[in-house]
Amino acid sequence: MRSKELSLYIHIPFCVRKCAYCDFLSFPAEEGLRQKYYERLCREIAEAAGDYKGRSVISIFFGGGTPSLLTGDMTLRLMDIVRDKYCLSTDAEISLEANPGTVDKDKLKAYKKSGINRLSIGCQSLNDKELAVLGRIHREEDFYRAFDAARNAGFTNINVDLMSGLPGQKPADYEKSIRKLIGLKPEHISAYSLIIEEGTEFYNRYNDDLLLRDKGDIPRLLPDEEEERQMLYMGRDILRSAGYEQYEISNYALPGSECRHNAVYWQRGDYAGFGLGASSCVDECRWKNTDDIKEYISGDAAGLKRDEQKLSLEEQRSEAMFLGLRLIRGIDKKTFALRYGGDPYAFYGEWIDKMVNEGLLQDTDGKLKLSLKGQDVANYVWGGFV
Amino acid sequence: MTKQENIRNFCIVAHIDHGKSTLADRIIEKTGLLTEREMQEQVLDNMDLERERGITIKAQAVRTIYKAKDGKEYVLNLIDTPGHVDFNYEVSRALAACDGAVLVVDAAQGIEAQTLANVYLALDHDLEVFPVINKIDLPSAEPERVKDEIEDVIGIEAQDAPLISAKNGIGIEDVLEAIVEKVPAPKGDPDAPLKALIFDSLYDSYKGVIVFMRIMDGRIKKGTKVKMMATGATAEVVEVGFFGAGQFLPCDELSAGMVGYLTASIKNVKDTAVGDTVTEADRPCAEALPGYKKVLSMVYCGIYPADGAKYPDLKDALEKLTLNDASLFYEPETSIALGFGFRCGFLGLLHLEVIQERLEREYDLDLVTTAPGVVYKVYKTNGEMIELTNPSNLPDPSEIDHMEEPIVSAEIMVTKDFIGPIMELCQERRGRYLSMEYIEANRALLKYELPLNEIIYDFFDALKSRSKGYASFDYEMKAYEESKLVKLDILINKEEVDALSFIVHADSAYERGRRMCERLKDEIPRHLFEIPIQAAVGGKVIARETVKAMRKDVLAKCYGGDITRKKKLLEKQKEGKKRMRQVGNVEIPQSAFMSVLKLDEE
Repeated sequence: MRSKELSLYIHIPFCVRKCAYCDFLSFPAEEGLRQKYYERLCREIAEAAGDYKGRSVISIFFGGGTPSLLTGDMTLRLMDIVRDKYCLSTDAEISLEANPGTVDKDKLKAYKKSGINRLSIGCQSLNDKELAVLGRIHREEDFYRAFDAARNAGFTNINVDLMSGLPGQKPADYEKSIRKLIGLKPEHISAYSLIIEEGTEFYNRYNDDLLLRDKGDIPRLLPDEEEERQMLYMGRDILRSAGYEQYEISNYALPGSECRHNAVYWQRGDYAGFGLGASSCVDECRWKNTDDIKEYISGDAAGLKRDEQKLSLEEQRSEAMFLGLRLIRGIDKKTFALRYGGDPYAFYGEWIDKMVNEGLLQDTDGKLKLSLKGQDVANYVWGGFV
Repeated sequence: MTKQENIRNFCIVAHIDHGKSTLADRIIEKTGLLTEREMQEQVLDNMDLERERGITIKAQAVRTIYKAKDGKEYVLNLIDTPGHVDFNYEVSRALAACDGAVLVVDAAQGIEAQTLANVYLALDHDLEVFPVINKIDLPSAEPERVKDEIEDVIGIEAQDAPLISAKNGIGIEDVLEAIVEKVPAPKGDPDAPLKALIFDSLYDSYKGVIVFMRIMDGRIKKGTKVKMMATGATAEVVEVGFFGAGQFLPCDELSAGMVGYLTASIKNVKDTAVGDTVTEADRPCAEALPGYKKVLSMVYCGIYPADGAKYPDLKDALEKLTLNDASLFYEPETSIALGFGFRCGFLGLLHLEVIQERLEREYDLDLVTTAPGVVYKVYKTNGEMIELTNPSNLPDPSEIDHMEEPIVSAEIMVTKDFIGPIMELCQERRGRYLSMEYIEANRALLKYELPLNEIIYDFFDALKSRSKGYASFDYEMKAYEESKLVKLDILINKEEVDALSFIVHADSAYERGRRMCERLKDEIPRHLFEIPIQAAVGGKVIARETVKAMRKDVLAKCYGGDITRKKKLLEKQKEGKKRMRQVGNVEIPQSAFMSVLKLDEE
């Protein structure tokens, strides 16, 4: 029997400065606190190893926050712990998110040396005005330098994040960013539209605009819904003709460079999250770490877990539907039936029929997938599976 | 047994907030019925709702013993009257049970429209009315000005009115002495045939209906066979007694001049209507007491359970509420949009709100209420007349000869700075100006005739906001008048939504329709297709808005594997859907049905 697989997520909740749109668990912190956090994180990863004996670790993801605030020595020690205590697969995908404003050639080389083999660069835009509005600490120029340094350091698998739907952004602006980006030929592009979340600076800034847009009216500063859609469609066309394949709602890759770590989330593989507020899902049980940094630093391993939830078969199925439909190739009905005890139609037949009738879902070649129109209003489609 | 000359039956008349309940509490406290520790704030307002809103909904009574300065002990029966125009009839019956009234006037605010209405009502019943000036400890108190105002406006002697602070217990003794001195002792022949006035009743699950009454003539005790002269109900008395504070105190016999209760295993408050006369079945009195009226509903609306499965619960709750509230009317109705529910009739808008709140709080029901309407008289071409309580039942326009709507006469008291805005408001509401008189240099009394359907929506709120709270208002039913009325229909995605139809004056139809469409545009969530919202009169569209189609709705990023959060968002979306009503292929939130109640809010 094949040994059980596992992915690891490692959260670095610190950043130089909070971006105006950011609603992730992330904040600037002084050196002392960051050091204490790092020590606790090392201990957490080491101590948890016992729970995952015999599992083969197929991917690791350093997410944040800004994981590139870690020094090369720090990633090396973290990686050594994983190599020492876990069974790390030789071809594991090991990603780290980097902010272009926080890396140089030496640091990137050290990352590479520590075992990281995939870099995800949070570029977001290649327009200085837009970067300023977002509250990013870097500019267009910094991104080119970082990208070049990454290639020089030997990274052959690079993702770049790019956002559309930014305040003041016109489709032509977005087109420029995308064209500049594909000129660099990153292996992977994460192209998503800005979502303004409650509790962020953007939410306060653009609240009136959001209300207008939610009604379908024309906002003052944000692109209207039609422009937003236009950017997504245009992005898809340009990326496709440049050889990138859309394999997930907002992810594109050159053939063979799809992100394996994210696929674990969509396909409901097992993953263990370490660090502040990190989420885990192992053996159909979900939980989250505490998001209180004082608690995290002083707590023992058992005391970190929050909201532990054993998923019923019904919940597993529901998740499998709305997560699986994020993948463009869709849900393979046979695979689904084997794992969840029946064909999707047996549980969601009425809704699937309705969605197919409305032209939002397609049922072809044994697979259920979102149509292009379905991708636009995926929330509506997913809503029927919860 | 207490002699008639030592009994005083009285009530307190006041404007809301002028301190009626507080004074009642102090009197109860002062006469030693309860110790201070046993006093709950405002003993007489039993319901939470009454305390919160500072209004009395049901009549209450309490009997206290006071040893006056003349050395004699007096029985003081205080009958607390409901404090709102909706309950005017109940107020009049409670007043008829008294011999005198204490008029409480706020030393800072002076007389209000409602005070006037209640004083006139009391004087109409030949009650001895004497004033007390309350809240004299307020910095803004002007007792001398208020005394003059009382004399000028009402025309009763006020110079020796007790100056009190009910809140701080100042001057309560003066009030008690004044009651003994000024309220006449009851008259009535204890040996004549029984004649008692019902001024309220209450359903108790153990004792059955408890009838609150004032004995005018005769006597009543356990075993007496009684008959209600208007309803014809008969019963054998099981118990008679007095009103303690929050409790019933049984006694052997009640006789002429006394205030008390009877129980007789009566199962329904409808048998013991307020205003009816209780007499002895075997030895009835010659004629009933005057003033009995059958309660008529003035305002109707549809009440539906938000969750269709709760229909039996709603039915049960309404049944229970009518046990205690003979003025609440209901009958089953069905709506295409809202399913099974009830058409309910109320005394007025406050009564409607009170019932709605009690259903929601006491019975834990989630309700959808349709726009309230009045009773229209529809005269058909075939000579038939129907009383229309549900707009959906309006006959085809070709069958209608003409329609009539109820008109009220209204009195509005307002400080002079706001006369303009208030007149404008009355004008907008199709008011007919009758007169204006200055009751003092700074204040005027405006008299208008207004269609009832113009004031049941939000007239009170508009009055308050346009006068910065300086206007007070009272009204009474006057007559039915012919009027140019039309039914305004709302079409959502080309389908008529019955629960949103209402009757409106032809001249305001366009404006109302336009606002309805605007409001509904905000209330109805976007669908994947465009939804036209139209207002129509007689099949002709007079206003239109569009809910645009939703083009994009997707959770783009999903980082760090926090699936639970995404799931919660989707669940929230689904939860919202549950509270929607499906009309055709459009989902309409419950709140949309009620938004029409607040059309005039900006």
